[in-house]
Amino acid sequence: MSILELIKHPWPWYVAGPLIGLTVPVLLIIGNKAFGISSSLRHLCAACFPANIPFFKYDWKKEIWNLFFVLGIFLGAVIAVNLLADLEPIKINAKLARDLAVYGITDYSGMVPNQLFNWQNLLSVKGLLMMVLGGFLVGFGTRYAGGCTSSHSIMGLSTLQWPSLVATICFMVGGFIMSNLILPFILSL
Amino acid sequence: MQTTDTNTDFQVRSLDAICVNESCLTHKWYHNIKYMIVGLAFGIVFVKAEIISWFRIQEMFRLQSFHMYGVIGSAVVTGIISVWLIKKMNVKTIYGEAITIHPKAFNKGQIYGGLLFGLGWAITGACPGPLYAQIGSGAYVIVITLLSAIAGTWVYGYFREKLPH
Repeated sequence: MSILELIKHPWPWYVAGPLIGLTVPVLLIIGNKAFGISSSLRHLCAACFPANIPFFKYDWKKEIWNLFFVLGIFLGAVIAVNLLADLEPIKINAKLARDLAVYGITDYSGMVPNQLFNWQNLLSVKGLLMMVLGGFLVGFGTRYAGGCTSSHSIMGLSTLQWPSLVATICFMVGGFIMSNLILPFILSL
Repeated sequence: MQTTDTNTDFQVRSLDAICVNESCLTHKWYHNIKYMIVGLAFGIVFVKAEIISWFRIQEMFRLQSFHMYGVIGSAVVTGIISVWLIKKMNVKTIYGEAITIHPKAFNKGQIYGGLLFGLGWAITGACPGPLYAQIGSGAYVIVITLLSAIAGTWVYGYFREKLPH
């Protein structure tokens, strides 16, 4: 198997995890930056609509590295799906496939289910809950928690900070509740 | 390259955020391109390891796959070892600055906010980073989710003083 072929196949966790972990020392070494992504949302608020709110009154230009970083994430995804794409659709757990089929979700070709996340669904109750409310909770919750998976679960745990462990446990608890108890109801709408 | 005299902004910037710029140096804008390149590599990993897949996130929260636990677990182990080595060997940045890691204070926001974010993570299948990558992977409607996340951040900032911390 050629290297390119190998790269095009889905990467196992033991390749991806260490690469993500290495982001922590790389950002520290190339510029003393603490790994974190949700701050980019705050910097965008500070840059575009500070509205005299103290929380957004700071020199966001000093944090512009973070916006370059997330622009890179976007571009990396563009490259991965266009140049390094695996033609096979994602293989998902059989039980999950059965559960989702009940709600008519059978297309696994996209990173997000095309049958749920699309422009036609956007103004339906289900679409509003999933795309608009879901996004709102991500933005509100991460800022309230002081960070997201990258800054708490990766950076925070890597530097052995117990508040980040508390945050990570709460992320997981919220996710378990949503995925198992609330999402089935939303999907049935 | 010049050194800014003080870091007076730090108090404001570090409110509820781990991710702050610890460097006291100022650079020309193009120095930021290196962060874009790191982000680019990161985005490729996100897609190729299916970390931004809504399906993988559902599997994680339904305990139907080890994949995401393996990714996060091995990332943390790599991070812990790296940070330990940086401290042990007193590694400096490429500009010769000492590497600083600020401790994070606990507040109740990590519980309330953490739970709310967890709910959103399981609905959208994305934390903030994957939102950018999902858009890049061709799911353009996720722009709406990203805008909504920015709105959520703004609303938090607006009500911050009234929320329990």
